[in-house]
Amino acid sequence: MGIKYKLQHWFEVVLFTFPAIILLTTFVVIPAVRTLSLSVMNSEGKFVGLANFSDVLISKDILNLDRFPLQGPPWGAIPHNAIWILIHLPLVVSLGMTLAVLLKDVWGASFIKSVIFLGMITPMVVGGGIIRFIFDEHSGVVNALLRGVGLEQFVRSWTAYPDTALLALILGSVILWTGFSLILYSSGLSTIPDELYEAAEVDGANPVQRFFYITIPLLKPVTITVVSMTLLWELKIFDLVYTATGGGPGGASTVLALRMYTLAFRALDSNRSAVIAVLITALTLIVGVWLSRANRVDED
Amino acid sequence: MKTKNKRKKITAGRLAIHIIAWLAGLIWIVPFLGILMASIRPQRELIHGWWNLSEVNISFENFANAWNHPTAPIGQGIRNSIIVTIPATILPIIIATLFAYGLLRLRFPGRKLFLIIVVLLLSIPQQMVAVPLFQILNNFGILNKFSGLIITHTAWGLIWITIFMRNYLMTLPVEYEEAASLDGANRFQSFFKIILPLSLPGLASVAALQFTWVWNDFFMALITLYEPNLLVATQRIPLLKGQYSVDWGVLSAASLLVTAIPLLVFVFLQKYYIKGLIGWTIK
Repeated sequence: MGIKYKLQHWFEVVLFTFPAIILLTTFVVIPAVRTLSLSVMNSEGKFVGLANFSDVLISKDILNLDRFPLQGPPWGAIPHNAIWILIHLPLVVSLGMTLAVLLKDVWGASFIKSVIFLGMITPMVVGGGIIRFIFDEHSGVVNALLRGVGLEQFVRSWTAYPDTALLALILGSVILWTGFSLILYSSGLSTIPDELYEAAEVDGANPVQRFFYITIPLLKPVTITVVSMTLLWELKIFDLVYTATGGGPGGASTVLALRMYTLAFRALDSNRSAVIAVLITALTLIVGVWLSRANRVDED
Repeated sequence: MKTKNKRKKITAGRLAIHIIAWLAGLIWIVPFLGILMASIRPQRELIHGWWNLSEVNISFENFANAWNHPTAPIGQGIRNSIIVTIPATILPIIIATLFAYGLLRLRFPGRKLFLIIVVLLLSIPQQMVAVPLFQILNNFGILNKFSGLIITHTAWGLIWITIFMRNYLMTLPVEYEEAASLDGANRFQSFFKIILPLSLPGLASVAALQFTWVWNDFFMALITLYEPNLLVATQRIPLLKGQYSVDWGVLSAASLLVTAIPLLVFVFLQKYYIKGLIGWTIK
């Protein structure tokens, strides 16, 4: 190995890897470490331990125990995100899987699938506008439907009232995100051989049994992916809340990412906004670790 | 043959499945149809709901009004989004593919560590970098400039594209490169002449997804661009609604204009888009 070869080797290493390493360090790693340190400092840069965390966690915008769970919203961002997950996740998983099975041989299935997938192509700020539109008192199709079936007491602009704003956002976000689980389940279904279903049919299994004993178990890897990606999306939800309600009225539909933004760029409180950023990161890391573990167990 | 005949037969069960599937489909069809109808009908017809068809006049005035909106012209926003999105798609693809190749094929100390760090960075949300990023861009003098947002998206895109392309390059056989190096080609020649052409399907998937994500991004744009005439398309959508009343016609037209570009990308690169999404999420 001559010195010329060694020089050339290092020249190659520098050219292939340095642009990425420099950009990642400057614009991702350093800012993330800085946010972590901001979360344990006060505004003068003095170390305060976990004081910011306890401040944030007892603030009404994050967890309002005077109202949660016995009175209506606002309950604070943590309960709002949690409720989002509790409603959105099971609906997205079950709708995606059921529709993928239903649409397997239906006339016009590719059209229906394309329309459902539109929600994934639409920017989420536009998605927020769509949610406000469908729940609008006069122009919205939901209220027209409610009037049509005689449920006049529920007719109103859902996004404008504290009792219904969060629910409207969650239901709207189901419409926008189902395309993701549908596409993944559809491609997962196409890998299950038809012979399996035929054999089960010969053995006398009815369609419901086939769904529960063949489809669901064989789609488990897809379900793990759908659940984890959807959880990450729900934890970071921001754009559609910003456009549809701005977190209102009176904080009734605020979420963690929106509180982080408001504290940082409206209230100019970098330290408390850093606490929320660290909280969101901790939660997404848990999901990330769970996903990589689940994948590894599956390979064994 | 036997199963085929069975499939074609119209039974009560199959009819029921069709009805359920199409009724469920309506939940998605109706909202998007509503946006389309609201965008092509004048405001006075929308007062009674876009589904009211007693008088239908199709006009494109909503599109013109959105394009030239007095406070948030969508036309200028789309122009700005194009200026940001094209380099923010090309740059990270080049840099990340070089990085992925280097991590895979070149021997140097710390390459395993770099890979682990990149994988860890995948789980970090944008909120975790927002405030310091704002300060760093300000120190470099690129805050509130297109270049600041482009470099932000480039760095952010590097993370997932590096992992994606590393997985993709692993599937390529080494033999071609070995043959090339026997013929006297150096690393750069074999990268540009052999690796890149072989990676085109993977690169098409990455390009389709990165373009759509950058175009649809709102958060990064919100913290890096604030001068009114610099705002990208997505930033203008929330500005179109008034405090108390919303002109649904203009908002719908603007929504369609902003969504049209990623929709075109999806239509033309559908195969790569879906492959990329599935390859990316299910490893």
